[in-house]
Amino acid sequence: MNQSMDTTGSRTGMWLFLYTEIMLFGGLFVIYAAYYRMHTMDFIASGKELDMVMGAANTVILLISSFCVAASITAVQQERKKLACTLLSITLALGFLFLINKYFEWGHKFDLGIYPDSPAMEDSPHGRILFFSLYYTITGLHGIHIVIGMILLSVTMLFIFMDKIRADHFVFLENAGLYWHLVDLIWIFIFPLFYLIL
Amino acid sequence: MIKESESHMQSYGKLFSILLILLALTGFTVFISRVDLGSANIWVAILVASIKASFVLLYFMHLKYESFLIKSSFLATIGFLAILIGFMFWDIAFR
Amino acid sequence: MPGLIENLPTNSGDNKLENTISFYKTPSPARFTGIGAWLLTTDHKRIGLMYMAAIIFWFVVAIILGILIRTELMSVGTTLMEAETYNALFTLHGVIMIFFFVIPAIPAIFGNFLLPMQIGTDDVFFPKLNLLSWYLYMLGGVLAIFSLFADGPPDTGWTFYVPFSVSTHTNVGLTVTAAFILGMSSMLTGLNFITTLHRMRMKGMGWMQIPLFSWSLYATAWVQLLATPVLSITLLLIIFERLFGSGMFDPNKGGDPVLYQHLFWMYSHPAVYIMILPGMGVISEIIPVFSRKSIFGYKAIVLSSMAIAVAGSLVWAHHMFTSGMSDVAVFVFSFLTFVVAIPSAIKVFSWVSTMYRGSILMTPPLFLSLCFIYLFSIGGLTGLVLGAAGTNIQVHDTHFVVAHFHFVMFGGTGFAFFAALHFWWPKFFGRLYHFKTAYVAATLTTMGFMLHYIPMFVLGMQGMPRRYYDYLSQFETGNFFAGIGAYIMAAGIFLMFINLALSFKNGEKISQDPWGGSTLEWQSPCPPPLHNFVAPPTAPGYPYDFKAVIQKANEPKGTGGGPS
Repeated sequence: MNQSMDTTGSRTGMWLFLYTEIMLFGGLFVIYAAYYRMHTMDFIASGKELDMVMGAANTVILLISSFCVAASITAVQQERKKLACTLLSITLALGFLFLINKYFEWGHKFDLGIYPDSPAMEDSPHGRILFFSLYYTITGLHGIHIVIGMILLSVTMLFIFMDKIRADHFVFLENAGLYWHLVDLIWIFIFPLFYLIL
Repeated sequence: MIKESESHMQSYGKLFSILLILLALTGFTVFISRVDLGSANIWVAILVASIKASFVLLYFMHLKYESFLIKSSFLATIGFLAILIGFMFWDIAFR
Repeated sequence: MPGLIENLPTNSGDNKLENTISFYKTPSPARFTGIGAWLLTTDHKRIGLMYMAAIIFWFVVAIILGILIRTELMSVGTTLMEAETYNALFTLHGVIMIFFFVIPAIPAIFGNFLLPMQIGTDDVFFPKLNLLSWYLYMLGGVLAIFSLFADGPPDTGWTFYVPFSVSTHTNVGLTVTAAFILGMSSMLTGLNFITTLHRMRMKGMGWMQIPLFSWSLYATAWVQLLATPVLSITLLLIIFERLFGSGMFDPNKGGDPVLYQHLFWMYSHPAVYIMILPGMGVISEIIPVFSRKSIFGYKAIVLSSMAIAVAGSLVWAHHMFTSGMSDVAVFVFSFLTFVVAIPSAIKVFSWVSTMYRGSILMTPPLFLSLCFIYLFSIGGLTGLVLGAAGTNIQVHDTHFVVAHFHFVMFGGTGFAFFAALHFWWPKFFGRLYHFKTAYVAATLTTMGFMLHYIPMFVLGMQGMPRRYYDYLSQFETGNFFAGIGAYIMAAGIFLMFINLALSFKNGEKISQDPWGGSTLEWQSPCPPPLHNFVAPPTAPGYPYDFKAVIQKANEPKGTGGGPS
């Protein structure tokens, strides 16, 4: 009855936790659906104001990072410690890159006076105000998750160094990886809904 | 029982081909979004995103090898979210 | 008090169960002693008891607030306090009762303590996470206390409806943060329970051998897990709205306040079932034990628990019939509301049928369970009055609603909580309380309850709105009687708590099952040892098989007829 050895159970717990994250962002997608329906034209017009190239770049960044995390699990299973750490370092670097992109994207929007409660937005159509409120809330919350995911992966790397994560015991890496993939998963939906709507 | 579903090692090649598919789908969704399909655009975008998400879930997240519990409860979660969004439209769509 | 439990099948000859060291004397992890043995423990039993201390504290606070509200309402005009204070008090009463008492009470106390025992294991799956949940609960409490100062307590009602919750200058932000953190605590408890039930059932226990209380916790845990995040994000949005003016729900910026209500009730209606399902589980345990008869329709109860969890998620908008929703939505949600009544009714039928032709043994837990069935049925039936769109328009936001949900939440969950306390008190502490006092207390509470809430039904029908500080003089009689009822009820509850507390001083000590229960937790000593069982428990083929219990009771006393 030693539950620390039951890795399936630990992973089950992690999946259950991911469900709560899905529902957390789900609440925002509920709002998106409602306001998209009410202000379709404004949403489409505002979507064009976002930089599609930046969005696509960030999508690619996250996809590659997700691949790296998945590959690092294989590497740990093959007892290739160095490769696993390299892959995780690439993931962390890509995470940073994502945040830097986001910083410039947000900064540019702020310069244009597009942010919640800004004077420049006062006379905008309602749909535009809502679109950008949602944009900031979702991408902001997503950014926080990226940071948490990076912290988790850093800890994971430390554990690999300390041999706490080994070929016969790597559930922590799996769970941290699941979290990172979820962050990617949410971005997969954010990207078309905000950057690509036409 | 304890060691179950741990031994699924995925080759780098397989993971990399999944990545290529995902990148291709990203390119496709960008392309299709520039084609005017009217109100179908958003549905196509969501469909492509769902396909991408499925690939990430099944292979990167090993959902394919997980137990029935996790598979079914994941679908239940998505179903619950769909109900929340869908049932809200009883109100939003008929106001 | 010798003699009170003469008819109960206690065994005093079983040394194995008597001479065990209880978990009170065995800290876990073993390196901690004194207060640290409690505050840093990962033992599910200690965590359950720590929850009990905290939850009863908040319960008493909320009762006192409720008494102040009813006293204020006993006569027209200013009686005790100003209108602003009144607004703050009913908000705090609601917030504390819902988030600090009703939602966590049964899962956090009894679930933590009993779920691992009922499935024959030694702890929950994530013991450290369990402790973290307790700390989150306490942190939520501290924040809620902080919110009383600075800008003053919130005055929005527990629903935090926009736009008022965004524009009011009271301390809504802190209270909302507190509720957010409590939500996390509740989610983690749910996560823990689901994993425990899936991964840690004893060998040989299939899904259809799990006791009904654990089943109800399982259904609850799914709702906690999936619905709570929706509340979390809604509350976060209120905070963003207050901090950054994001305009998500502000009509001036295109936001839709009705959408806020949708999101709020997407959690808060399923939350109603988070509150009542564990209570139903408690009753499903108590009734068969004291009827000495297998529960009627075990599978039907299991299925109805899951059905409630699912169907309960489909009806949230029946709280919004007068909010300006579309007529189609009113129609659909009204219909679905009637559907959700079915599984609850199945349970009531099952309980009553269990007692039919059983050999009933009256004890305080059974007495409280019977009160539960009666009060909960009234609450459920008046719920149908509210679920019908036509009558809802008449009584929406009147005292009828207040009476209805108190019948369900207090007459239901509250009484189930009292019944659980009386049923498992010997299990927790190895002490029996005074039965006669317990009956008196339960009767007082029920009588006070009726006198308190029945007038509110009438007042609501006559059109007295809820949450109003003052009212027309024609409502004075009803409010006066309701106030008297509140005093009687509070006296009953305090008598109940005092009686339970006194059991430590002069209650009869027991070391094993005083009731004759058939589920696994009764196979271990009272209070249980650290790893819950002395010998590995034997999994029953069916959790409500009373043959052995009846056989034991029929054996002549004093011949050392222990379980063989």
